[in-house]
Amino acid sequence: MSEHNKRDTMQERRDFLKAGAVMAGATAASGVLVYSVAHSRAPEEGASASKRWGMLIDTSKCGDGCNDCVTACNTENGLSGETGPQDSQYIRKLNIKDLRNGRVHELPMLCQHCEHPPCVDVCPTGASMRRADGIVLVDRHICIGCRYCMMACPYKARSFVHEPLTDQNPEVPRGKGCVESCTFCVQRVDRDEQPACVEACNAKGHQAMVFGDLKDPESAIAKALKSQASTEVRADLGLNTGVRYQGI
Amino acid sequence: MAKLAGCLRAGLRLAVLAGVAALMAAPSSEAVAGVDLPKLERGKGEKCVEDTQFMRRNHMDLLKHQRDETMRKGIRTTRHSLKRCVECHASEKTGSVAASKEDFCAACHSYASVKLDCWDCHATRPGKKSAASPHVPSQVNGGGQ
Amino acid sequence: MANENCINQGNCRTPQFLMLLGAGGLVVLGTLFAFFTLEHHGHVLTGMNNQVVWGLPHVFAVFLIVAASGVLNVASIGSVFGKQVYKARAPLSGMLALAMLAGGLAVLVLDLGRPDRLIVAMTHYNFKSIFAWNMLFYNGFFAIVGLYLLTLMDRKLKAYSKPVGFAAFLWRLALTTATGSIFGFLVARAGYNSALMAPMFIIFSFAYGLAAFLLVQTAMYLWNGLTLDERVLARMKTLLAVFVAASLYFTVVFHLTNLYFAKQWDYERFILLEGGVYTTLFWVGQILVGGLIPLAILFSPGSRKSLALVSLASLLVIIGGHAQMYVTIVGGQAFPLDMFPGYEMSSSFHDGVVAGYTPSGWEILLGMGGIGIAFLATVVAVRAFKFMPQDDFSALECEKD
Repeated sequence: MSEHNKRDTMQERRDFLKAGAVMAGATAASGVLVYSVAHSRAPEEGASASKRWGMLIDTSKCGDGCNDCVTACNTENGLSGETGPQDSQYIRKLNIKDLRNGRVHELPMLCQHCEHPPCVDVCPTGASMRRADGIVLVDRHICIGCRYCMMACPYKARSFVHEPLTDQNPEVPRGKGCVESCTFCVQRVDRDEQPACVEACNAKGHQAMVFGDLKDPESAIAKALKSQASTEVRADLGLNTGVRYQGI
Repeated sequence: MAKLAGCLRAGLRLAVLAGVAALMAAPSSEAVAGVDLPKLERGKGEKCVEDTQFMRRNHMDLLKHQRDETMRKGIRTTRHSLKRCVECHASEKTGSVAASKEDFCAACHSYASVKLDCWDCHATRPGKKSAASPHVPSQVNGGGQ
Repeated sequence: MANENCINQGNCRTPQFLMLLGAGGLVVLGTLFAFFTLEHHGHVLTGMNNQVVWGLPHVFAVFLIVAASGVLNVASIGSVFGKQVYKARAPLSGMLALAMLAGGLAVLVLDLGRPDRLIVAMTHYNFKSIFAWNMLFYNGFFAIVGLYLLTLMDRKLKAYSKPVGFAAFLWRLALTTATGSIFGFLVARAGYNSALMAPMFIIFSFAYGLAAFLLVQTAMYLWNGLTLDERVLARMKTLLAVFVAASLYFTVVFHLTNLYFAKQWDYERFILLEGGVYTTLFWVGQILVGGLIPLAILFSPGSRKSLALVSLASLLVIIGGHAQMYVTIVGGQAFPLDMFPGYEMSSSFHDGVVAGYTPSGWEILLGMGGIGIAFLATVVAVRAFKFMPQDDFSALECEKD
């Protein structure tokens, strides 16, 4: 078996080198893709603890009544978009009103990808997990559907699949009886793309969401967090969330 | 102890599967105990990522290994990814590996009477577009699940 | 004469026994029907949703689990503290504890989203999870109490009953601590997030367990044409009164603490004043029916000699216990999460509003199964083994308590 794995990896490496050569040619010709090539990791390389994915949301730029991030998320992850009490929502628009002065504004709420996630702490089987690069996920292969993580999450970020599903997005497996939540579109992140919600927000021209590596001092998000004030939701809990807000 | 149990389990499974494999390798299907053997549709491309005999016995281990590597560590090699299996083995007729009893996964699994719950969550059909991002050739990347 | 309508002796007539089996079996069949239906269609058929994720089945299940550990107290008082009245009841207490825990756990398992993966729950442990610890405690409870029962019922092993009984006593305290902490460790929600949950659940378990024991004991004496000695009754009813009073005390302290913390005011206003069904269940169910009325009955002079009054008080404690579980479990989830203190919240995902929950018939069927299983196991065990308390009144006379 291990012999076999070695063979497997060698083959992958050869493929990768070949591909790299092809790519180098292609990029030299087009001159557009140099940045992403430089940053992409090889498929056999796992998520690394040298990165921590995070998101900065500027609520002052979030459009009134705009729901594009939600729609994009639903499309990417194959959610129905229904909003009944039993339907899944990975991201939702929150309307909040300051009771002291009546100030009203909107913000998207999603899994906050905590450094110390309560959902991971409470999960009896270890299905609820935090990947090395900080993305909090549910391993549906060992999720027994007890829903304790939903009790524990301070952000109401998780949903339970109440019905059998068919025709899932091949990249986003999901099914009845397991808990699920925002994955930062891990399938996109792993090929150096932005989460669907961020892409949609940018496409709309709002630029309210910045996604990037919190540990890379050169990243846009790290620079923004260094130069401007931001808040964590429920900072009192000390969870060190990966999603930060400005303008609350 | 756990290792022993694991070996025992693997041994048992091997015995069962060797039996199934032997049946399927038999030259004429009606010859064996009066039961029709599943006729598997040939997948796309020249050959599978591994030897057929090897796959018959070990596909579940490869998939399980890949599943944990991809899901928990973010390793997205595609050689043994379920998604790539589906891409090649989806039926010409139904477009799926498990929509009808004749489809690739369903045919053998219903024959061997081994229930599998992959399709509770995973898609049984390939995606509309090839999942690879534009700048990475598809044989390297594919976000394999 | 006594044999005419008995159920727990080998030479008894069997129709009554079979009828009891049939009644219990019917309930369990209903549960299995609900289970397979839910397994096929998913939880869409229940009233549970993404806001109230634990519903009626969990109310029944957690009650049974808490009461199961409490019912063992009767044995512990006998073995650990050497009281004769309770020693005679130790085997019945141990058996009931196992039966009720089995019933409660069955409901929890049948309600899982992926009950087919029970084996995963037994092979993958996240040791930071209090839920995983609970599973270890439950399994250990079966082993230790099973062993304890052996030492109580086998003459050759009798000598070991005291140390094993002591271990079982410590284990059940740990178990209920863990069960209470399932809620106590939920940092995010206003209704939980309290170290008081663990000791409060232990006190609740004392009351619920003893009440359940008294009811079962009454039924066993009745069905066998026997009368429970008044002295035994008097002691046990006083103990129940103490436990009920202590439960009320803990409830008061829990809410008083919350009332002192400004950030908890909204939650307290919800449970104590404006929570609709939860407020009613709290005041009428938990406090009045489950606390004050039983206390009044148990302290009334008539109850010293009245099996009926003590049984009524026990039944009320059990009903109040279910109300308490409903308020704790469902009420705690119905109250919205406060992500932005000082702000009003609204969204498509039911943020900032009290969550709706109406249990469906399937959940009632599922939840009743726990009681059904515990009942069936008890009826069979009582017939197959000698669990009928055998009081030694000469020893009772000498003992002062």
